[in-house]
Amino acid sequence: MSGPGAIQSTVLDVIAALKDKPGALLPILHGIQDALGYIPPESVPEIAKALNLSRAEVHGVISFYHYFRETPPGNTTVHLCRAESCQAMGSLALEAHVKNKLGIDFHETTADGQFSLEPVYCLGNCACSPALQIGDEIYGRVTNASFDEIIATQEESA
Amino acid sequence: MSTTIYIPNDSSAISLGANRVAKAIQQEAAKRGIELNIVRNGSRGLYWLEPLIEVATANGRVAYGPVQVSDVTSLFDANFTQAGSHPLNLGVTEEISYFKKQQRLTFARVGKTDPVSLEDYLANEGYRGLSNALKLPAADIVKAVTDSGLRGRGGAAFPTGIKWNTVLNTPSEQKYIICNADEGDSGTFSDRMVMEGDPFVLIEGMTIAGIAVGATQGFIYLRVEYPHAHIALNTAITKAYAAGYLGDNIQGSGKKFDLEVRLGAGAYVCGEETSLMESLEGKRGLVRFKPPLPAISGLFGKPTVVNNVISLASVPIILDKGGEFYRDFGMGRSRGTLPLQLAGNIKHPGLVEVGFGLTLRELLYEYGGGSASGRPIRAVQVGGPLGAYLPESQFDTPLDYEAFAANWTVLGHGGVVVFDDTVDMAQMAKYSMEFCAVESCGKCTPCRIGSTRGYELLDDIIQGHDLEKNIPLLRSLCDTLLNGSLCALGGMTPYPVLSALNHFPEDFGLSKQKNAA
Ligand SMILES: Cc1cc2nc3c(=O)[nH]c(=O)nc-3n(C[C@H](O)[C@H](O)[C@H](O)COP(=O)(O)O)c2cc1C
Ligand code: SF4
Ligand code: FES
Repeated sequence: MSGPGAIQSTVLDVIAALKDKPGALLPILHGIQDALGYIPPESVPEIAKALNLSRAEVHGVISFYHYFRETPPGNTTVHLCRAESCQAMGSLALEAHVKNKLGIDFHETTADGQFSLEPVYCLGNCACSPALQIGDEIYGRVTNASFDEIIATQEESA
Repeated sequence: MSTTIYIPNDSSAISLGANRVAKAIQQEAAKRGIELNIVRNGSRGLYWLEPLIEVATANGRVAYGPVQVSDVTSLFDANFTQAGSHPLNLGVTEEISYFKKQQRLTFARVGKTDPVSLEDYLANEGYRGLSNALKLPAADIVKAVTDSGLRGRGGAAFPTGIKWNTVLNTPSEQKYIICNADEGDSGTFSDRMVMEGDPFVLIEGMTIAGIAVGATQGFIYLRVEYPHAHIALNTAITKAYAAGYLGDNIQGSGKKFDLEVRLGAGAYVCGEETSLMESLEGKRGLVRFKPPLPAISGLFGKPTVVNNVISLASVPIILDKGGEFYRDFGMGRSRGTLPLQLAGNIKHPGLVEVGFGLTLRELLYEYGGGSASGRPIRAVQVGGPLGAYLPESQFDTPLDYEAFAANWTVLGHGGVVVFDDTVDMAQMAKYSMEFCAVESCGKCTPCRIGSTRGYELLDDIIQGHDLEKNIPLLRSLCDTLLNGSLCALGGMTPYPVLSALNHFPEDFGLSKQKNAA
């Protein structure tokens, strides 16, 4: 849908809008990832130039933060909570079910490009553990069956 | 006349279907020709009852919960808009004992008001603290906070007034207020609830902080995992600017304070205040050496107040009702209230704001109602992923910073995660090492490398390999982490690991006596 030209112009627009903020790098990276779903490697030189940084510095920042990604995600990303409160409510069994259902491990994307799976360490939904996030939506007290239902509606609407 | 119905817009309530319920109620009301005024409030924090919807009546708000879409028709049939009886009718919300027993100061409005309505905020004692602060000399604002006994709620419990005083007395043409809204601790959600449920109280607290220390710019460093809080904060900030509560001339006082939300990017260590400032400056979140203190040389090298959301959100009531009012709650050197968060395997998970001094046992059973599974509670982790596990024998510890420290446990941000007797504590210890390895900023060798080594050691121990050698190795590794780490990520990972080993040796293949020897 968005060719290299479109990607490039999105990146340049984001940089132009944010580069004069103090500490502009994270806002710029967020802006690009919000627009494109990831931070394309070809945007690194542009960011570096605008902020007067080396490419290595920009790359170092991108790789430091778990949230930023340099490859395109699947259509829908599942963020599954691995932290203690969710473990106390059976998240390990849920994790096994999710991996099995999607056929992928953490940090992977399904072959059809439909789903990516990422671990997350607490969603602040610990009073409703186990919790996960699918796309923009957060779900609580998730069971194997409720996960399957949510996934089925995602696939329909895709 | 139309009836007012409250349906939480809190992200946990939404995670249980609150948006779908709101839509179903709207549709059903339209179908029946009933006029409703639906307010999307914050959560009351009684999460086992969410989605909890309320109906305004002459005798107070009446609650129904937990409501699912499939209950909506029967609720209308039972005339719930007139507080009719129904199996889900819980009576008057504020009479529910879990709620009634609490002392809600910081959370006074959360769940009651429309979070993004400035009119609601003003009608419910909002901005009275700021109005008092604007009449006081800066030093007197700081004194009120010092007198209140407020200590930082982000984990380290440092006295807030003393921190502010240092910034006040450090001359600089530019100073900053940072709100630490990274809330990375598992088992905690009080910051989220305030930001989603009463964002103006945080804005007011930061504005007072700015006026007190002479800072004109504030940043809220918000974790990216909180998209609903992001929207609520930005909506409230825009309204505060429009009404002259932020900007160049706050309420005609000539005082200036600007405020902006910045997003984190999924790094736990960025909740550590110096790592957070590096991140705000656009760098990798490497922890800085201290000194210099952030209060003297912080963000962009300028004097900076860094406070947790709850610390800052407690300031308006202190400035409104006085330091003594706040100080009268609590025990010992822990003054005021602590919003506790009950999570994990617990029947009644939720937010419990009470004065310090309640015992953990009272919290677990009188509020929490025991485990969700109905099995015995075996271990409780208090204070987030770097907090110790407490066994039954420590449940009578009062929730108080000093009493916890005396047990080699930590109260931290007030998160309480409950495990029943199916938990394997050696696995939990292994997870703590894994978490440290995943989240380490990499600056110190013990934390960067030792955590992975600890993970492997625990893997060996779990498989029963060479315990005589591996257990002492694990202890010595923990010693190195305790003593050789720059920040609490490496420095406190031994708390969950060693408390698990010391209190639950049988899970590590040891007999109780042998471990004590
Ligand atoms: C690894 C690590 C993570 C932390 N995460 C948070 C956090 O998410 N939120 C927070 O308020 N404080 C966190 N802290 C504590 C902060 O460094 C700092 O003490 C706090 O923001 C000061 O505010 P307060 O005095 O109001 O508590 C963390 C500390 C460490 C070592
Ligand atoms: S203890 Fe770990 S997280 Fe903390 S400064 Fe050292 S390496 Fe970084
Ligand atoms: S521990 Fe899973 S949402 Fe907090």
